[in-house]
Amino acid sequence: MEQQTKAIDNLRIEHVTKRFPGVLACDDITLEIGKSEVLALVGENGAGKTTLMNVLMGLYHPDEGRILINGEEVRFRSPNDAFAYGIGMVHQQYMLVPNMTVLENIALGCKQSWKPWKLDLSLVRKRIEGVAAQYGLAVDPDAYIWQLSVGEQQRVELVKTLCLGAKFLILDEPTSALTPQETDELIALLKRMAKELSIIFISHKLQEVKDLSDKVAILRHGRVVFQGNTKDHSSSDIAALMTGHEVVLPHNDAPACTMGPMLQIRNLKVRSDRGFLALDDLSLYICKGEIVGLAGVSGNGQRELAEAINGLRKVESGQILFDGEEITNRTPAQVIASGMGYIPEERNTEGIVPSFSMKENFILKDTTSPQYNSHAFLKNKEIERDSEALRQQFDIRSPNIDVAAGSLSGGNIQKVILAREISRNPKFLVAVYPTRGLDMGAAEFIHKQLLQKRNEGVGILLISEELEEITNLSDQVAVIFKGKIQKVLPSSEASRRRLGILMAGVKDDE
Amino acid sequence: MTNKFKTGYTIGVIVLAILAAMLLGAVILLAIGADVMKTYLVILTEPLKNKIGVTEVLLRMVPLTIIALGITVAYRSGIINIGAEGQMAIGILATTAIALLFPNLPRAVLIPFAILAGAVGGAAWGFIPGALKAKLQVSELLSTVMLNYIAAQLYTFFLRGPMLDPAEMTMGSGTPQSMRLTRNLDLTRFIKGTRIHSGIFIAIALALIIFLLLWKTSYGYKMRAAGASERAARYGGINVPKYLIIAMMISGAFAGIAGAIEIAGVHRRAIEGVTGGYGFSGIVVALFGGLHPAGILPAAFFFGLLIYGADMTQRLVGVPANMVQVLQGIIILVIVSTKMILANPYLMQRVEARWHAVTKRPGQEVQS
Repeated sequence: MEQQTKAIDNLRIEHVTKRFPGVLACDDITLEIGKSEVLALVGENGAGKTTLMNVLMGLYHPDEGRILINGEEVRFRSPNDAFAYGIGMVHQQYMLVPNMTVLENIALGCKQSWKPWKLDLSLVRKRIEGVAAQYGLAVDPDAYIWQLSVGEQQRVELVKTLCLGAKFLILDEPTSALTPQETDELIALLKRMAKELSIIFISHKLQEVKDLSDKVAILRHGRVVFQGNTKDHSSSDIAALMTGHEVVLPHNDAPACTMGPMLQIRNLKVRSDRGFLALDDLSLYICKGEIVGLAGVSGNGQRELAEAINGLRKVESGQILFDGEEITNRTPAQVIASGMGYIPEERNTEGIVPSFSMKENFILKDTTSPQYNSHAFLKNKEIERDSEALRQQFDIRSPNIDVAAGSLSGGNIQKVILAREISRNPKFLVAVYPTRGLDMGAAEFIHKQLLQKRNEGVGILLISEELEEITNLSDQVAVIFKGKIQKVLPSSEASRRRLGILMAGVKDDE
Repeated sequence: MTNKFKTGYTIGVIVLAILAAMLLGAVILLAIGADVMKTYLVILTEPLKNKIGVTEVLLRMVPLTIIALGITVAYRSGIINIGAEGQMAIGILATTAIALLFPNLPRAVLIPFAILAGAVGGAAWGFIPGALKAKLQVSELLSTVMLNYIAAQLYTFFLRGPMLDPAEMTMGSGTPQSMRLTRNLDLTRFIKGTRIHSGIFIAIALALIIFLLLWKTSYGYKMRAAGASERAARYGGINVPKYLIIAMMISGAFAGIAGAIEIAGVHRRAIEGVTGGYGFSGIVVALFGGLHPAGILPAAFFFGLLIYGADMTQRLVGVPANMVQVLQGIIILVIVSTKMILANPYLMQRVEARWHAVTKRPGQEVQS
């Protein structure tokens, strides 16, 4: 707070070990960060990165080991204690109140502004201006949170943390929800801030690690397997150390399909939650055994398209033909029964029932199929047998099939969804941001599965913001902009630059 | 090792919660100038001292169990049913109507028929808030409570009008109640000299049925999925509004069954005040029983004990029976706070660290 927190010249984590039931989350970890240094903490999902940071923030208490600041041992009982030392964390999920302004949100955490009977907003405003000037981090203090894009909300989180006097920033996957443009801006901003602050950031994306960090530490299964200066190592070295083997992302080089159309979308008009036309006369054709990548900045109708196809959103006009059959405005159950698979954007709240066990989630769409149902009773033996098989086949890391699906890590949740959707043998798959926020190993696995399905004749609509993912996997790339398909081009012609121009809404004319 | 600690921790928190509830109750008892220890002793032990006491507790357990089971179905499906009181009243009216219309049916036909009628009446009353919520997003908290008032008025209207005992009419004393219903409806009182009736077996059977329904069938799966995550359920092709309505109808049907059994087993006629707050106590029983049949049975016994014990305190220690409602309120508050405490992993971690620090010195194997 305005407190003169002493500068942190050196922060050292020594031999920290943290156990959870059945899991050794952090195993004898030692790390050191100096003044104005940026440490990138990389590793697969479940490697222990977030746990380690929660220990540092005082959310967890280490079973063994200690934390030293400037050579003195410190003990944090809660995030407030960590704050008092100037350590601030920006979590993956933003903690902002949507119907309050930026100013009010920041005042919430800023206790000096809590005067008796009133909130001293001018003090907060002054502090926001100070932070903006110091780091070149501009936000509009009077904007409401709900009006802001994800990237802007993250800036608010950063400003909030800095206004509270943080001298040492922890960022948990700061770019996982950002568009490519926003990511570039954030990296540039963090580079400027690194001149005055120490930063630890957790990331999966090696490009950012290379761009931003001075030092890199790689965690695998709770251990530090590598530490070193970023500039001495190439991205592929780091990737190899992360997964334990050399990563070659799978590439689609099989010939395009000739098997006829699977999904035909004609002149689709669909409204968004706020009532405007999210899809405006959209048409798209996808063949059997073909992957069509849908590129676009998020918010241009991708979510509405996926929901309309799957019967979750009302179609105002237009037509969706699935394998020759009309599925426009059918119920979700009817669409599922016709052979549609769907990997939704919100994997934690839509793709699974978080409080249900893993095995219960595997049968989410099949509770009435004779495979698992006899006279309304669920066949527990069959369910357990198949669930165990899926867990092994998809390498889902959990102690057993009875754990609550919501307690799994992001990558494992995605594998549960993928396992369910693929094992149902769909004719078509809609995959929305299937690898967002996942580590290289899990992403590679999911890509391979998608390619394999394609080769078996399944049509796939791949919605993603990662251009590399789209160009690697797709036969055709469609670019969506403001609810319309801007252009469809073969993947061989889809250069990063050309896609970028199309995504920005410029019609390219050949 | 940690699992063992977790179980111990959970039990510890619950014991502390019970103590806290009793302590809070003690403050109120002190405030009204009652003898605290004696009151508790009377409530908790006096009913269990003789045959009549025990059977009277079991007698109260029957409607509590059945209503709590229904509330569990609704709660697990994402809808909070505060309308059991009204659903029970409508169920009683339906049962009474059947008994008045067909007094000569044989027992084996009339009893199931009348109970079924009670279920249908309750289900119909449950359907209204279910449909309002599913189709128009009307809060069930509002609609169920309001429907309780309507049901109470309807109940009084029928007892004073169409169903009024002809004997009352001639004598003109005007007690709003139906005539003594046909003996073919009587549930067997299987212990001589007590009122305990075969309805208790129906309650236990219903508990088993609800367990099977919720955890072993696809219908239960769908209802629980709709309650746990509406979005994921919709995504999975589950017709969420439909299952909301079904859950609410089951919930209402159970309240109706509870009413039918209460009439057939205890009162043998429809009188005013039969529902007697069972519809609200059922919510507490359901929560106290962890929204699971296996917990609801003991919870219902406990609350039966409280309700009957409170009658005795009035006679033996002069503490008003309303005190039980105060205790119920306290118990709800304690349950809610206990749940929050148990859901806080950090607190548990800290307690565990302390515990290990304390227990490590003398013999590590003992607790680990």
